Amino acid sequence: MIVCDSVSSYLIRRIWQMIPTLLGVILLVFVLFHVFGGDPAEIIAGQNASAQQVDVIRQQLGLNQPWWIQLWIFFREVVTFHWGDSWATREPVAHIFFTRLPATLTIMVPLFVMTLVLSVPIALGVAYVRGSLTDRLTMLVTTMALSISFLVYIIAGQWLFGFEFNWFPIQGWSPSLLTNLAVYVPLPVLLAVLVSLSPQVRLYRTFFLDEIGQDYVRTARAKGLTEGRVVFRHVLRNALIPILTDISLQLPGLFVGSFLIEVFFSIPGLGREVLLAVNRSDYPVIQATTIYLAVFTMLINLVTDILYRVVDPRVVLK
Amino acid sequence: MSHGVWRQAGQRLWHDRIGMGALLVVGVFGIMVVLVSLHLLAADWAVERGEHYANPTFLGPGPDDLALIEPPAGRLLDLTAVDPLAPHYADIERRTRALQTTLKPRLKTLTFGGDRYGRDVLKKAIKGSQVSIVVGLAAALVATFIGSLLGAFAGFCGGLIGDALEWLYNVFTSVPYILLIFAFAAVSGRGIVSVIVILGLTGWTGVYRLIRAEYLKHSTREYVRAAEAIGAPPLARMFGHILPNVSHVILVQLSLNVVSFIKAEVILSFLGLGVSVDSVSWGTMLNEAQSELILGKWWQLTAATLFMAVFVTAFSVFTDSLRDALDPKLR
Repeated sequence: MIVCDSVSSYLIRRIWQMIPTLLGVILLVFVLFHVFGGDPAEIIAGQNASAQQVDVIRQQLGLNQPWWIQLWIFFREVVTFHWGDSWATREPVAHIFFTRLPATLTIMVPLFVMTLVLSVPIALGVAYVRGSLTDRLTMLVTTMALSISFLVYIIAGQWLFGFEFNWFPIQGWSPSLLTNLAVYVPLPVLLAVLVSLSPQVRLYRTFFLDEIGQDYVRTARAKGLTEGRVVFRHVLRNALIPILTDISLQLPGLFVGSFLIEVFFSIPGLGREVLLAVNRSDYPVIQATTIYLAVFTMLINLVTDILYRVVDPRVVLK
Repeated sequence: MSHGVWRQAGQRLWHDRIGMGALLVVGVFGIMVVLVSLHLLAADWAVERGEHYANPTFLGPGPDDLALIEPPAGRLLDLTAVDPLAPHYADIERRTRALQTTLKPRLKTLTFGGDRYGRDVLKKAIKGSQVSIVVGLAAALVATFIGSLLGAFAGFCGGLIGDALEWLYNVFTSVPYILLIFAFAAVSGRGIVSVIVILGLTGWTGVYRLIRAEYLKHSTREYVRAAEAIGAPPLARMFGHILPNVSHVILVQLSLNVVSFIKAEVILSFLGLGVSVDSVSWGTMLNEAQSELILGKWWQLTAATLFMAVFVTAFSVFTDSLRDALDPKLR
């Protein structure tokens, strides 16, 4: 019961601390778009509008009001989830969110899981034989792989596997989840996994190396534990803490998705939608995505901090 | 950190063969960037000298596209009866004769092939290197300057200023990085300066965190206390006493940022959010290369990728050596 109490009071305190940050994000977005952005009324009205039409729109949006009233209007929109419609397509922003998110997750969840499942064992294996030819070769290959732009992998991969070998469709999307997973997801996920493996393996290798050099590993070996038990029970478990931090840093990105993948493969996801919005100066969509993903990031960080306790009982929440 | 320490670091770097090799490559690129900036090299990159997708010289001239089209055989149809322009035929012919067109001969092959307009890909890659490297370097300077300045104040002052800066840091880091870049790109114009401003204003958080930690650590050290005791004002202590001691951290962060900002510039330019259309960077080259591969024109992709890979690898390796030389304890 005492543990529960401390966790709940910790939760309340952390959520309370999020409020100033959230207000800051709202302020940042407001300043960006209202001070530095173009005149929204002219963007909405288009190039052929008369000065009178622009004036009417300005009136409707409250752009003639002093800035603090505009900030208040903006704040109310955020809190009530009432963003109105996209300027470009007249589609409600909330609707855009919920219809684009599934496609993004269909790509990102397999990608995320596969990268993790592949990179942790490879990194552990490479760290275990550190200094050997395998280790040095892996480091060399990953350094070179990292120096080539993500774009090149997609352009070349799409051409090679989609066009030359004709193994996968070059791009496309279907309403059915199963068709997507079987037909359209494999190529983008394969290419993205290839790209994200290099940095991940390098990072996790350093985490494992940090733990393998510790005294407790030598003690465990001196006690006569089997190598398997030393590696999986002691090293892996301790290295999980920084790995968990790394995962939590990546999680919010899961929702914006790999926008490059979505652009190249014409996947109707959130990342492509945001990019479209940037190109069309569709402010409501960008503002909403930015603010809600910021909230989401803060929540993920909170969940991670609580998970630390599950992985490592020494961690005290304060 | 006295001069002796810098000299020691320099000596360590000098004996690091891999690091010096990487520095040599970076130096070659540096000279190239300076020459291009002075219009001494690749100044005529935009001149359409070759044929449409001219082959690289080592491949020899490609097949003549026009010769592949068969000339029409058979009788020409006489349309005079139905053509509404028929009464004007004589007039049209007279006017055509009055105009003279000359076809400028175009080169069949270029050193490393041509692009869609027949521009030399090698010159484009050299000019693109200059744009990408200058943007990456300038953005890294802006971001590192902002991050170091704010980090110094946050770590040294604490109190209200420290809290305010921590709040600003939390605000910037709570938005996923790529979305932050998009939001800034949405409200700013296009062009080289915009990219530098966008990357600089969004990328300072990493430097800030490290420099703040360094200033926190140093501000209670004895030499700073001693400086305070003899009456050195806060600003003198921050920038006269502590800054030289953390400058190696700043230098390493600066070079780490150069690599990541060059990669970011390439992606932004590729998406059309970066340098403007009349300029060229590695990103815009990759953008054009996307549709060329299916036509079998691989040279632009190869040129941009090679230039970028060589520079980024050399710069990363050099950064690692620099870090090892400046901070031997890290090994």
